[in-house]
Amino acid sequence: MEKEQLFEEMKTAVLEGEIEEGEALARKALDLGADPLECIEEGFVAGINEVGELYEAGDMFLPELVAAAEVMKEALAVLEPELARTQKSREILGKVLIGSVEHDIHDIGKDIVASMLTASGFEVVNLGIDVPGETFVGKVKELKPDILGMSALLTTTMPEQKNVIEMLKNENLLGGLKVMVGGAPVNKQWADSIGADGFAENAVEAVKVAKNLVK
Amino acid sequence: MKKRLFEPPNSKLQFQVLSTRDIARINDAALEVMEETGVRFPSSKALDVLEEAGCSVDRETMVAKLPSELVIKTMRQAPTRFLLAGRDPKDDLWIDDRTTYLSTDGCAVDVYDLESGELRRSNRQDITDACKIADYLPEISYIWGPPVSAQDIPAHIRPLHEIQAGMEGTTMHIQPETVISEEIARYALEMAAAAAGGRENLRRRPLFSYMQCATDPLGQDGGSLEASMVAAEWGIPTGFMPMPMSCATAPATLAGNLVVTTVDAVSPLVLMQLVNPGTPVYFAAAPTAIDIKTGGYTGGGPEDFLLAAAFSEICHFYQIPLAMGGFATGAKLPDWQAAVDNSFAGLMPVLTNTSIINGAGTLNGSKIFSLQCLIMDAEIFSIIAKTSQGIEVNDDTLAVDLIKKVGPGGNYLADKHTRKYMRDIWQPLVYDRKPYGQWEESGRRGAFEEATDLARWILENHEVEPLEEGLKKEFASIIEKADRELSK
Repeated sequence: MEKEQLFEEMKTAVLEGEIEEGEALARKALDLGADPLECIEEGFVAGINEVGELYEAGDMFLPELVAAAEVMKEALAVLEPELARTQKSREILGKVLIGSVEHDIHDIGKDIVASMLTASGFEVVNLGIDVPGETFVGKVKELKPDILGMSALLTTTMPEQKNVIEMLKNENLLGGLKVMVGGAPVNKQWADSIGADGFAENAVEAVKVAKNLVK
Repeated sequence: MKKRLFEPPNSKLQFQVLSTRDIARINDAALEVMEETGVRFPSSKALDVLEEAGCSVDRETMVAKLPSELVIKTMRQAPTRFLLAGRDPKDDLWIDDRTTYLSTDGCAVDVYDLESGELRRSNRQDITDACKIADYLPEISYIWGPPVSAQDIPAHIRPLHEIQAGMEGTTMHIQPETVISEEIARYALEMAAAAAGGRENLRRRPLFSYMQCATDPLGQDGGSLEASMVAAEWGIPTGFMPMPMSCATAPATLAGNLVVTTVDAVSPLVLMQLVNPGTPVYFAAAPTAIDIKTGGYTGGGPEDFLLAAAFSEICHFYQIPLAMGGFATGAKLPDWQAAVDNSFAGLMPVLTNTSIINGAGTLNGSKIFSLQCLIMDAEIFSIIAKTSQGIEVNDDTLAVDLIKKVGPGGNYLADKHTRKYMRDIWQPLVYDRKPYGQWEESGRRGAFEEATDLARWILENHEVEPLEEGLKKEFASIIEKADRELSK
């Protein structure tokens, strides 16, 4: 099969949100000896870029964006080990650590942000929900991310965002680390008052803010 | 005490979204999901009770599968009507499945300051102010929430202060949605018992009731479950509000959303009936669809309106009262969009004889509280209530003799019949009906400006029976004890 045709099919799988199809195409490409980096860039990322354009034009909607991101995520899971083996690496925009703060069990909004960031070229480590401050701090030390994202849906858990920032400050971990906060009760004033670097009201905006922060 | 008169709506209009067969299919689907897939109850106390009653329980995933017969049997034990008592018995509400009462909305995090008009974070005083305005308005029947979050109070004792702040502004019933752990539930009920004069009096006259949020799809929150198990144990009304959002936490289709809504509203009530058979419970719901562009909460739109009416019809099947989320516009100001959203969101539950609508006063998808919006929402509800009365047709209202007497070209202005019935015609509180010239002269004042003046007047002049000194002392000692225990 022509390489170009394979890339075209990958793009289509992303555009149509066909997760299994994307994964199968990634495997097929490796079987055929295709360059995994080329598959990512010419196939899947090209699809993501087109989805982004269609979304901006109002022709695609968030569920389609999330599905495209899922296709990308699963394809990367297949292609990245091979990429590592050939000692090549794809260009990533930055590393993001993300989680819902302690005592907060809400995951959907945060998970949408995580998959959109993955699809946009970030490496994302999702710590899940109810993440204690110590865990955030420990993981920041261990993984040295560019961005830490913290979600809180309740006014009672929102102060935890502030606590974590203070813990990071006390350990001198804020140099080189950008902190983003989000969640229903969070607004710009709150984000500013606790010394966060970024705040977004939805996932699409979060990607834009994250891109700006790593510029 | 309310000075103006208002008859809460008991709609006489004919309106239907779902057929009897549709309702049966949705209910059957919900029973199938509860029995075969189950619901997550992340509380070992809750799982113990469910397992004991014959549910199959997976302790690892904390999912309980509820046999259909158990669901049907336990739901039959729930009373079809119950009392939400006020501190002043004149504010008592008998909740049934005919009359519709409007409460305030709950837990906004920002307010538009009445004096400066600026947006700012909410505090304890805002609760008392909102409750005082609600206390004045006969269209508002009880306090849900608190209307805003008391963010100037430490989080571990905030719910208790919020209840007291509410009671300082009104003698109406209070239904907090922030009592979400067993510990805080016990302290809150101690406060309620102190106010009611003992636990037995409280059971007979519940001054508080609890509302919890479900964790859709097919899930509940552990702390909230345990808090409401305390309420059930005390015989205090409690309900759980699912808020499935089509495309995100529910199928995109409205029928599928209704299945998830039904599962998440019914399943916790099964647990409550097992804890205390016959304890008063109610359904609650605020089903909606995401903004497919951003994934955000919309606070209004045709899906919400249809879902509200349809779920009300499903609840009538169970003969258990429903508290429906409404008046939750996504508009940032009390403007055209807010009026469109809140008119439909208020009308649909009334047309389907929903027991409660929660509630009035917020903007930006329940995140901003506005005292003017509270007054204007009350006015919308008053219009809906009047509309839902329909038209009475009898000899006297047909007025054939009168029409013949006045004849062609006459008028009815001074007739006795006119004077007898004219007061049935709806009268506004803040609606602008000024002639154009006067409106221009007034500085183009409309409903919002009238509502601002009225809010100021109420805060200055409306008197609410204060809490007795002895009760305040009891509250202080309960809150102090809670502070000691819960700050550990």
